Amino acid sequence: MLFPFPREVKEVSCVLCGAAGLGIQTVEDMLARTVVDSGFSVFGSREYMSRVRGGNNSTELRIAPFRVDALVDRMDILVVLSRNARANIRERIAPTTVIIGDRDELKGELEDAGGVFIPAPLSRLAAEAGGRIYSNSVAAGILLGILGLGTERAEAFFEERFSGKKADVAAKNAHACRAGHELGEKLVAGNGLLSGMRGDSGAGKALIKGSDAVSLGAMAAGCNFVTAYPMSPATGVLSFFAKHAEKAGAAVEQVEDEPAAINMALGASYAGARAMVTTSGGGFALMGEGLSLAGVMEMPVVVHLSQRPGPATGMATRTEQADLEVALYSGHGEFPRALYAPGSIESAFSLTQEAFRVAAKYQTPAIVLTDQYFVDSFYNVRPEELTLLEEPAAAQATGAEYRRYEDVPSGCSPFGVPGLGVGIVGADSHEHDEVGHVYENFELRKRMQEKRMRKLEGMRSEAMAPKLYGREDFTDLVFCWGSTIPIFREALSILEMEGVSLLAFEQVWPLHSSVERLLKRGRRLIGAEGNSTGQFARLLRAHTGIAATDSVLKYNGLQFSVEEAVNRLSETLSGKGGRS
Amino acid sequence: MAATPFDLPGIDISWCPGCGDFKILDSIKQALSELNLTPLDVVVVSGIGQAAKTPHYMKSHFFNGLHGRALSNATAIKAANPSLEVLAVGGDGDMYGEGGNHFLHTIRRNPGITNLVFNNMVYGLTKGQASPTSPKGFRTSVQVDGVHSQPFNPLGTALMQGAGFVARAYAGDTEKTKDVIKEAILYKGYALVDIFQPCVSFNSVNTYAWFKENTRWLEDHDPSDFPKALSLALSEAPFPLGVLYRGEERTTFEGALAAYRKDDRPLVGRGAPREAVKHLIDEMCR
Repeated sequence: MLFPFPREVKEVSCVLCGAAGLGIQTVEDMLARTVVDSGFSVFGSREYMSRVRGGNNSTELRIAPFRVDALVDRMDILVVLSRNARANIRERIAPTTVIIGDRDELKGELEDAGGVFIPAPLSRLAAEAGGRIYSNSVAAGILLGILGLGTERAEAFFEERFSGKKADVAAKNAHACRAGHELGEKLVAGNGLLSGMRGDSGAGKALIKGSDAVSLGAMAAGCNFVTAYPMSPATGVLSFFAKHAEKAGAAVEQVEDEPAAINMALGASYAGARAMVTTSGGGFALMGEGLSLAGVMEMPVVVHLSQRPGPATGMATRTEQADLEVALYSGHGEFPRALYAPGSIESAFSLTQEAFRVAAKYQTPAIVLTDQYFVDSFYNVRPEELTLLEEPAAAQATGAEYRRYEDVPSGCSPFGVPGLGVGIVGADSHEHDEVGHVYENFELRKRMQEKRMRKLEGMRSEAMAPKLYGREDFTDLVFCWGSTIPIFREALSILEMEGVSLLAFEQVWPLHSSVERLLKRGRRLIGAEGNSTGQFARLLRAHTGIAATDSVLKYNGLQFSVEEAVNRLSETLSGKGGRS
Repeated sequence: MAATPFDLPGIDISWCPGCGDFKILDSIKQALSELNLTPLDVVVVSGIGQAAKTPHYMKSHFFNGLHGRALSNATAIKAANPSLEVLAVGGDGDMYGEGGNHFLHTIRRNPGITNLVFNNMVYGLTKGQASPTSPKGFRTSVQVDGVHSQPFNPLGTALMQGAGFVARAYAGDTEKTKDVIKEAILYKGYALVDIFQPCVSFNSVNTYAWFKENTRWLEDHDPSDFPKALSLALSEAPFPLGVLYRGEERTTFEGALAAYRKDDRPLVGRGAPREAVKHLIDEMCR
């Protein structure tokens, strides 16, 4: 059967699905590399169940001759490695979706699912190459053939990936891949899907996932102390630093619990290290007391808070944006903090550096909010667009009369550390005097509380403005924050609705002074968020007094797709309502 | 006792008159002084409780953090700058109750810090409730029928967790306590000194007289004998005082960190490894 791909389509969306342990990740990595080296752009996004083996996971690879950085529902090619594809995959099968799978393996599954089923002898070809475990590489080869890409890059990839394994593992994978490739080429009669598209010569060559962008940003800011208790989806940052600890000159430790993680980070920070913890909602809740300690001790610390659905254990491997309020309000008492929510790989790199800069300058916690979708998604970026910011302020040598909490107008006392200079360096969890000793004095309490809160004014004056996409003189405004930004940006560009603009927030606290002015304008104000109550809309209202007229919310554990954003925005925008 | 560089004159101390804490404070300052350390060499880390106020009553760097978390803070301070002499001080509720999990795992981690626990078997700051080390049957305003739980055995636990230095001292004997603290500081690795201490306000059972009656300083004990140390740790009154166990020094937490493999400077002021970042990004282009 020949491939029914609509040639007017300007990009290709491939989805691979199957049980955990079948090697989907390897295929994903290899295909992404090959696509990028062939001059195209790729966006990859994974969704997976909370189990080590079995279940059914999927990876989307969106391949295009232009930058792609957002999740789509559309599936042009669905490669199925095992039975029991889940509803979130089945629902996306369209009449034009080509489904490739092994009949022996699937036993009829997905043949009547509404797409075009093309049987492929994955198991037989894999067995011929050396064993059924190579089915993933056969499938990868089929995709390369369909796309019109060669197998040379794939073979080099296998050489590298399996260099530590038995000598023939790479060769068997290559063999399997070539067999699949031959089959793939036949399906498209040698006319690969990408052959009609011109690659983008400006496409970036660096394939970076969200988690690594946060880690690299931290390292670029001089982060040299990382403690964490493993928790999905935040563990990637811990593994990254563990792997590169020597290069980064960083102390990295998996600790017994989250209170240990944040309290070690604060001890290290006191001694002059640049410290970070990485966690998800449940772990962050356990760090609440430590966060408050950072507030009163005026200790720089960066928290990477990678969100997943709650409450409590929620859905361990799924995504949500519902920890904004806990990030903003966690920790007893009042103290300043900064919250960042990167929407792109580039901004995860720069905003994590910014978090370290602000934490060091204002000697208080800075939180980088990501989510499972964001940390597990990757795409190709241009290395030169990964901006290196100025390094955070370094600790100063202390004089004999050093006072750790000297009451200065900015609130930012000179930051000294033990072992550097001749002064005594104190840090205290109680209300304290300028030296750091505990005193119960009401006048002192008031003065020190005001000193700490003055830092928030400085932080506000340095806050990043939200980015406005679309016309300045919009009639309707959609706002969103963090990982949903590229999705809603693409949705609005597809909608092409005159007068609708997008306001994208990557610093969510403190808010920039332009926010109120922008929100005031416009007939409709639509908040798009990955939670069920519109937390950011509530924050904007509390801060500016301006309420959103509509909301587009999602909280089933999956990220918005571009199509869903298009549909829900167009419904909302065409409906009645808005401000008069 | 003699004046030390660690004395902080003219301060208001909130401990009760006659509290064992005064004597332990003297022993600590004297020990540091006899080891020729200065206030700039030493960081005293504590949590919350009467004992945890210690860093406010002496001259040295200090980090007075949260209840139960001093060992985490202290481990990290030592890891960030191994040249600092780090003491983690606190009471039995702080270290063995709220901080119990950190106690277990800090011992396994073996940072080169000294852990001094002022063990008066009662909660002082919150006014007299039972602590993890209160004896069975001990009556308080909360444990109205007497303590039901088995008392926590810090020395036995520390030994089983692999602590290399385990000792017990007694606040009433300042000189010998000072000597034990000195030995603990000199030990390279995690060192525990559990210090028996009367609480004159809330513990009418374990008084100065009781401790005198129910403790004995070890004589002719070989501290490298682990089974003997363990049996001493498990023994009841008269409770043994002194260094129960002093094992071979093993690699410390900070000594094992990759951060120091090629660079022995402390973490402060190292600067961002920008070349390494560029190199990693290059790798992601391939």
